Amino acid sequence: MYKYDEYDHSIVAARVEEFRDQVNRRLAGQITEDQFKPLRLMNGLYLQLHAYMLRVAVPYGTLNATQMRMLAHIARKYDRDYGHFTTRQNIQYNWIKLEDAPDILAELATVEMHAIQTSGNCIRNISSDQYAGAAADELTDPRPWAELLRQWSTFHPEFSYLPRKFKIAVIAADEDRAAMRLHDIGLQIVERDGQHGVAVYVGGGMGRTPMIAPLIKDFVPFDDFVSYMEACLRVYNRYGRRDNMYKARIKILVHEIGADKYRQEVEAEFAQVKKLGIDPPRAEFDRIAAQFVDPAFEAGLSDEIDRSDPDFAVWLDQQVVAHKQPGYAIVNISLKPIGGIPGDASSAQIDVMADLAERYSFDELRVTHAQNIVLPHVRKADLYAVWQTLREAELADANLDLISDIIACPGLDYCSLANARSIPVAQKIATRFADLGRQRELGELKLKISGCINACGHHHAGHIGILGVDRKGVENYQLSFGGSGAEDVSLAQITGPGFSEDGVVDAVEKATNVYLAQRTQGERFVDTYRRIGMAPFKEAIYG
Amino acid sequence: MAELRYRDDAAHDEPAVTLDAFLGQSNATAVRLESSDDARALLPHLDRLSLVEVSFPKFRDGRGYSAGRILREAGYTGELRAQGDVLVDQIPLMRRCGFDSFAPEAPVDEAVLAASLARYDHVYQGAADAAEPVWKKRHGQRG
Amino acid sequence: MKILTGNDLASGDVTWWTGNGWSRHVEDAVDVGEQGEAIAQAEEGARRVNGPYVIDATATPDGPRPAHIKDRIRALGPTVRPDLTLKPADPSAGSWVI
Repeated sequence: MYKYDEYDHSIVAARVEEFRDQVNRRLAGQITEDQFKPLRLMNGLYLQLHAYMLRVAVPYGTLNATQMRMLAHIARKYDRDYGHFTTRQNIQYNWIKLEDAPDILAELATVEMHAIQTSGNCIRNISSDQYAGAAADELTDPRPWAELLRQWSTFHPEFSYLPRKFKIAVIAADEDRAAMRLHDIGLQIVERDGQHGVAVYVGGGMGRTPMIAPLIKDFVPFDDFVSYMEACLRVYNRYGRRDNMYKARIKILVHEIGADKYRQEVEAEFAQVKKLGIDPPRAEFDRIAAQFVDPAFEAGLSDEIDRSDPDFAVWLDQQVVAHKQPGYAIVNISLKPIGGIPGDASSAQIDVMADLAERYSFDELRVTHAQNIVLPHVRKADLYAVWQTLREAELADANLDLISDIIACPGLDYCSLANARSIPVAQKIATRFADLGRQRELGELKLKISGCINACGHHHAGHIGILGVDRKGVENYQLSFGGSGAEDVSLAQITGPGFSEDGVVDAVEKATNVYLAQRTQGERFVDTYRRIGMAPFKEAIYG
Repeated sequence: MAELRYRDDAAHDEPAVTLDAFLGQSNATAVRLESSDDARALLPHLDRLSLVEVSFPKFRDGRGYSAGRILREAGYTGELRAQGDVLVDQIPLMRRCGFDSFAPEAPVDEAVLAASLARYDHVYQGAADAAEPVWKKRHGQRG
Repeated sequence: MKILTGNDLASGDVTWWTGNGWSRHVEDAVDVGEQGEAIAQAEEGARRVNGPYVIDATATPDGPRPAHIKDRIRALGPTVRPDLTLKPADPSAGSWVI
């Protein structure tokens, strides 16, 4: 894990005082809400339906037990005893008082956390693969690259008033667990001639105009990495549209001028920027990377796991995935109990997960973009004990990547932008498919729900996607099939007219019946959809 | 209208002309860039410029930050003025992008500004100012 | 009827204009007629409210019922967490929203 040095501490501490000053000026009437809004947003503070909402950054989804306990503490002391883990690997609190926000940031700073750039038209928290440093299939740990970007992008003087928000994801495996190509910039660390560099994809995103990012550069070596990012952002800052906020994301620029023209512009800018000496030296990368070395794994551990408890065996098969180190495993903790709120965890549950990380996972946790938590480094011999503790805390659901492992935005229950509620739909679908045997029979099925066109619930990337809309004051839900945020990235296609809340649950069930009837050996829902097309599904749903 | 200057030389009193007017006449020494103007059009003429005024029509319009850096990166040493909807919390960022004078439309609280400019002892990235990024402090000069 | 709502500047709580101040309870909201914008401007200027806006509502025996579901959710609280709403003990409170 990255540890702050004196410089990092100093910068974050200054930020706390800066925000305290900004809040005081707002409360004293020295600045208007219009002027304060971009300032508070750049610190992750929104005004939502019921209160202020504070989004705390979890850089590249990694945190330690002390940090996790701080998140629980903040939930207890300043909020209503829970937090909501988001699709960008952050956590947000729904009931924050403006006057408390500076104190919360001060408390976060004591554990090397912050809310810097978790909103606003700036470079947001860098996201990454939740299995980074543990995955059997990764080329290298992507987090040192992500940390380098975190530092480069923090209070970047040129890129704090971009046309629109800017999201970057970094991965280092061919299996994409971070929806990399649905980001403004997606980076995959690749190897060439024995050197690691990045493949750069620019212009992906969801929202009202979903796009898959095209490849802009197949290899940028480390020595040019920051300069190249600077060039990518400068072209966007100069030429991204500012006349229409719905067309202001970089995906629109890249789409309108074309990937080739965008690449030319970036290359021309890079030729200038490269002369400036803004690329950190290799020694800085090495300094950061040294903090992400493997924990002290024990050698020679057995890979045997006692499966005699059948409930444990079910959980094991669903939630535990391969680790690069023999004798260890990666544990996924579901925050998707049947009928629960996707991504929510109580302060007590957050504490339990912190304790487990400290005791069994080398003090590390991860937040996933699917709104679950990961214990990245657990000895196989400890899995049973971990499962027992999780079960007591009601955290032992065995539904990873199944139909009830739903991504859902907060929707109209919390969000001032939403047009319809998302969470009740998620709850009804999960309840309809509550039987685990039935879910497992359906296999991998990624269902994602957004409460408005901004697509925070990633509905475009759902094998099944649901979009809530407002139809003359009544909630209505549009259904789509065939999306994916993984390495088989694709955008979902809408089925047809929308449904009521109950109607969309029925329609989902009918679609799964089509899949069960039509699938061939080994096909997932999305594979069957891709093979047979929309027609049989439409017939079942609307016929 | 308050004007804030961080330069030792005398203020330039020639009115700034538009970019088109500047490119069409050889003797102007002050130019005003609208946020949609390409700052690079000025690069062949930097040695005869004493003042470049960059317009910030709305505080959300951040194109001028790039314009400032582009001019400084190309070696422009004259006055670089940010004019328009320039807010006190933005001035430290603009300073880092090379701006050394400010003509905000609304008055700026100078005490707040002084505190803002002094707040950060360190910066993470190189820009158009003299501040050393922390990676340089950590490791010394590259190479 | 037209009623005026916003959030408390410091706490963020949802508030409703009562004719001489702000209440957390929509039942206390009064018809502002054509005065809504003027009251909003004055109250925002005095920093007693953040982001005030006028909405349509229906007068009912139980008090004003906002026309749009978004404001009914604001008035009550999240439908998925009845325990966190203003009426945690009322099991039928959620049906008022829908």
